[in-house]
Amino acid sequence: MKTIEKREGLVLEDVRLVVEGRLLVDLSLTIGPGEIVTILAPSGAGKSSLLAAIAGTLAPAFRLSGRMTLDGQRIDGLPPEARGIGILFQDDLLFPHLSVGGNLAFGLPAGLSDRVARQKCVEEALATAGLAGMSKRDPATLSGGQRARVSMMRLILSEPQALLLDEPFSRLDAALREQFRAFVFSAARAENLPVLLVTHDEADAKAASGRIVPLRSG
Amino acid sequence: MFVRFAPALTIAALIGPIAAGVIGTLLPAFGYFPALAGRHFSLAPWHALFASPGLVRSVLITAFVGMATTAVSLTLVMAIFAAFDGTRQFRIIRRFVSPLLAMPHAALAIGLAFLIAPSGWLVRIAAWAGAPIERPPDLLIVHDRLGLSLMAALIIKEMAFLFLMVLAALPQSDGSRALTLARTLGYHPAVAWMKAVLPRVYPQIRLPVLAVLSYSLSVVDVALILGPTTPPPLPVLVLHWMNDPDLRLRFLAAAAALLQLGLVVGAGLVWIALERNIISLARPWLIDGQRSGHEYATKVVAGAAVIVTAGAVLMLTTALTLWSVAESWRFPEVLPPTLTLTNWQSQIGAAPTPLVASLGIGALASGLALVLTVGCLEHEVRFGRRVTQRALWLLYAPLLVPQVAFLFGFDVVLAAIGIDGGFGEVLAAHLLFVLPYVFLSLGDPWRAFDERYRWTALCLGASPSRVLFRVRLPMLLRPLLTAAAVGFAISVGQYLPTLVAAGGRIATLTTEAVGLSAGGDRRIVAVYAILQMLLPALGFALAVALPSLAFRDRRGMSTGA
Amino acid sequence: MTHDPRRSGVPISRAGWRWAGALVLAVAANIAAGSALAQPRAPDPKDWPAVLAAARSETVYWNAWAGEPRINAYIAWVGEEVSRRFGVTLVEVKLADTSDAVAKVVAEKVAGRIEGGAVDLIWINGPNFASMQQNGLLLGGWAEELPNFRYVDPARNPLVRSDFTVPTQGAESPWGMAQIVFYYDAARLKGPPRSIAALRDWACANRGRFTYPEPPDFLGATFLKQALIALTPDPSRLQRPVSDSDFAEVTAPLWAYLDALRPCLWHGGRAYPDNQAALRPLLADDEIDLAFAFDPSAASAAIASRDLPQTVRSYVLDGGTIGNANFVAIPFNAAHKAAAMVVADFLLSPEAQARKQDPNVWGGFTVLSMDRLSPADRARFAALDLGIATPSLAELGTPLPEPHPSWMSRIIEDWRKRYAAN
Repeated sequence: MKTIEKREGLVLEDVRLVVEGRLLVDLSLTIGPGEIVTILAPSGAGKSSLLAAIAGTLAPAFRLSGRMTLDGQRIDGLPPEARGIGILFQDDLLFPHLSVGGNLAFGLPAGLSDRVARQKCVEEALATAGLAGMSKRDPATLSGGQRARVSMMRLILSEPQALLLDEPFSRLDAALREQFRAFVFSAARAENLPVLLVTHDEADAKAASGRIVPLRSG
Repeated sequence: MFVRFAPALTIAALIGPIAAGVIGTLLPAFGYFPALAGRHFSLAPWHALFASPGLVRSVLITAFVGMATTAVSLTLVMAIFAAFDGTRQFRIIRRFVSPLLAMPHAALAIGLAFLIAPSGWLVRIAAWAGAPIERPPDLLIVHDRLGLSLMAALIIKEMAFLFLMVLAALPQSDGSRALTLARTLGYHPAVAWMKAVLPRVYPQIRLPVLAVLSYSLSVVDVALILGPTTPPPLPVLVLHWMNDPDLRLRFLAAAAALLQLGLVVGAGLVWIALERNIISLARPWLIDGQRSGHEYATKVVAGAAVIVTAGAVLMLTTALTLWSVAESWRFPEVLPPTLTLTNWQSQIGAAPTPLVASLGIGALASGLALVLTVGCLEHEVRFGRRVTQRALWLLYAPLLVPQVAFLFGFDVVLAAIGIDGGFGEVLAAHLLFVLPYVFLSLGDPWRAFDERYRWTALCLGASPSRVLFRVRLPMLLRPLLTAAAVGFAISVGQYLPTLVAAGGRIATLTTEAVGLSAGGDRRIVAVYAILQMLLPALGFALAVALPSLAFRDRRGMSTGA
Repeated sequence: MTHDPRRSGVPISRAGWRWAGALVLAVAANIAAGSALAQPRAPDPKDWPAVLAAARSETVYWNAWAGEPRINAYIAWVGEEVSRRFGVTLVEVKLADTSDAVAKVVAEKVAGRIEGGAVDLIWINGPNFASMQQNGLLLGGWAEELPNFRYVDPARNPLVRSDFTVPTQGAESPWGMAQIVFYYDAARLKGPPRSIAALRDWACANRGRFTYPEPPDFLGATFLKQALIALTPDPSRLQRPVSDSDFAEVTAPLWAYLDALRPCLWHGGRAYPDNQAALRPLLADDEIDLAFAFDPSAASAAIASRDLPQTVRSYVLDGGTIGNANFVAIPFNAAHKAAAMVVADFLLSPEAQARKQDPNVWGGFTVLSMDRLSPADRARFAALDLGIATPSLAELGTPLPEPHPSWMSRIIEDWRKRYAAN
């Protein structure tokens, strides 16, 4: 969907995250386009906070310093909706008041204003996820695996420049997990996105087959 | 833009009228009111107040009714929770309480008067059942000198309020797990509730309890319908003086309004002192290891309270309905001999103005309150500041400061700066009392909303306002409409704010019902009382029906977000 | 079935601080401005065709107490008639309390609005009239110049010129009459007491079967005045303002009477009904045996509306009962004075007065004198069936005059001290 221009990926420089005087994160990291970097740490270590800091949804109680750039553009200081960073949580977080198609259309940029074209994009995305014809369905009637795929497709449709994954596989059972993991990684690579995965599950890290970095490099 | 200023606007809407009103009361109470030739401060109004006949008795009755109502309602609600929390009966009780809360005080008081008057329905039923009653007994029941019937009506309503407040506090204080835990330790249910749950719940319902105390001390409409008259309770006295054709009495009235404020503050302090004593007396009891006691008595008292309340409310609603369609219904007829729709046609068909006014004011006030509340809560979300304990006191201010102590003063101040209130003033006055309830009702579900939905939507590129309107508000439709319905019910029930702010120029169902209740035509009073009940009920029905309709194909929305 | 503008369906209403403040400011402004504020010339009712011409296509805002649907319906009929006959549009501004209209006029005067005021006509009498008149808020000298005033005979009915002893001076036009009338269910009570003294004896022989509305309610206060007139040795003293020197002496018999009556009252005098309307259901429900109203047709109207049984009858005490008149007045700054006069004149017409007296319409008694009417108009009144429980004009007799307003406030004050404070 996107032509590959000169892209530098996601760059974190001296990103430090402090809460109540406690240093949670101290990290410098570059993730190139199409690269998947994994942070492997136990729960409560500050993984989610780091992702929130990158996405711009960090709670005010945290103190954040350092620089973050995406494809050469400074993103810290931008509101989350302007950063071009997509995030996937362990829950699918499909909007329960919208249909499956509505959820996907929510992800589509408003710039694509033609209704027929939007609908076409939605249908294509559903087909990609193996959910063809389910546009009108209530998300609550889908299986867990289907919901997870819709959630990923919604994210892809929003054309992010980078992807953050907050233990998105941990709620799925073993068989589905592998399937969905493959789905996510291949989609991310197809879009040539820099991906940051945080998890406490070594299997996830292995499957990502990329670098593994700690929360505090210093 | 609006979100940034919403908290300031809300605080202004809450505190502005109260502060202005208290000043507008304070100055005349000390003799300063230039428009009435009061140009020097003096204590003359206070001398006049303390010299006025019957004042002491008025104050004593007011204090008695207020304290006793609060103590009895709280005790009964605790007994009901202790006896029934977690049982099958409890779910039935729960379903019954919400409509009771929605029932306006005035309608309940009018209905209760229909029921318990010497020639009322209960006596008629007794006579019909064969009791030797030929004439209505010459007993002073309605308007009794101790205010017992006034208390009865208040207790019914305040029990419903406190019940819902405890219910709301339970999850925050982890009540059900504490109850289970205590029971696994061998405590019998009632004792388990009293020892393990109540100590955690009470701090959370302290403000509501104080609000009940203030309300019971300051209530006007119910006191007019059921309260003692010779002399009346203090707030009614204030109202009479405010409305006396002798304008010099306004100084006296202002002093009395201030005395009312003092009474509420004093009673609040006494209550807090009592609280402390009881807590320290109860401390050894909490840990004495006793696992049972008074189980049976608690069940009997709680059961009786529930049955009597439910019975009274059902009967008085039936009596009101019958009156509203009665052609005539004279003692000792147990049922009206002929039914007719004339009363409805003549009142509502011919003159729907009060109905329209109630609907309009209620819709606007609850709508405005909802907008301000959403603004404040969204401000919290975007700027990350939570409501502090102090802000909660602000929110409760309109419920804690007695209405008579500032409403008249508010009116004076508006008149002094040249605002002839009319509709706008009524709206502001209603908003003042609607806002806290809407805020309290919406706050918890709003904050329970999973913020990751918001983050997800933002990261999908949606702007904050798009997230608000397309994700958060639709997902919170049910609690939003419930909060609006609560606000609407509160607005429909307002008596004094409507009366004072509109200066009698705007009649609502409530002002009509209370006004007419002093008069003779119970058929017409019943029409207004029934409408007064129907309107909030309709609001709640819509709050349930609309989301179900809008999201009938969305299973994920069925329990409410 | 009240038709008195001072009483209202809403027992309390905020006449308000605003009223108070504005009144005093009005007086001050008046003094300050002095005669500099020359009023614009009012239409002259002596030149009636000119008034009619000026009135055409004007809209009259009539501020009236609106607590009684039958009265509102009657006013609606008046609106249709004046529109059809004179091209005047009538808008009833429904009030919970007449003092609200007074407040509006006061506020306008404070704001310096000496013409184009929002109130054109007020239904008024008693204290509200006295207060407006005292503060120069009413147009004067027009009422007795209305063409239809010729049907009114102030010599026979002095109450049309003396509103609570305050001279009307042509500043209000009489509209209706009211008088105290007692009523009872003849099926239950034989031989009701016919004097104030007999009333006490009867009440104490039948404890709990009589009561009166709690002063300061208007009817309750009127009952006290009625008793005072009957008991005090020299009732003529009541026509002069009260003074500290004679209050105790004049009212001593009243308090003695009430002290004796109180334990015999409904609920032992520990509570009182709110107002005139509240007495009716007490009688209907057999809680009391004797009630009264400031309205001769009250009982008939209550029978018609099925509030009271067919067997209810009413009567007047031997020696007469207190009565008064109610009026319409035009504020000094009314925007549509000519049209207001046209409405006031229409209200005085035999046709409008006869319709008003019809108990099926309203039942409000006329201010016209029968001997001044044409035979046809007299027949109109004669043809009315006033209702089975309404006393005839002969039975009503000449109403007793109201005492000076100052007595009323003193008596209410003392009553409350004695009976409402412990």
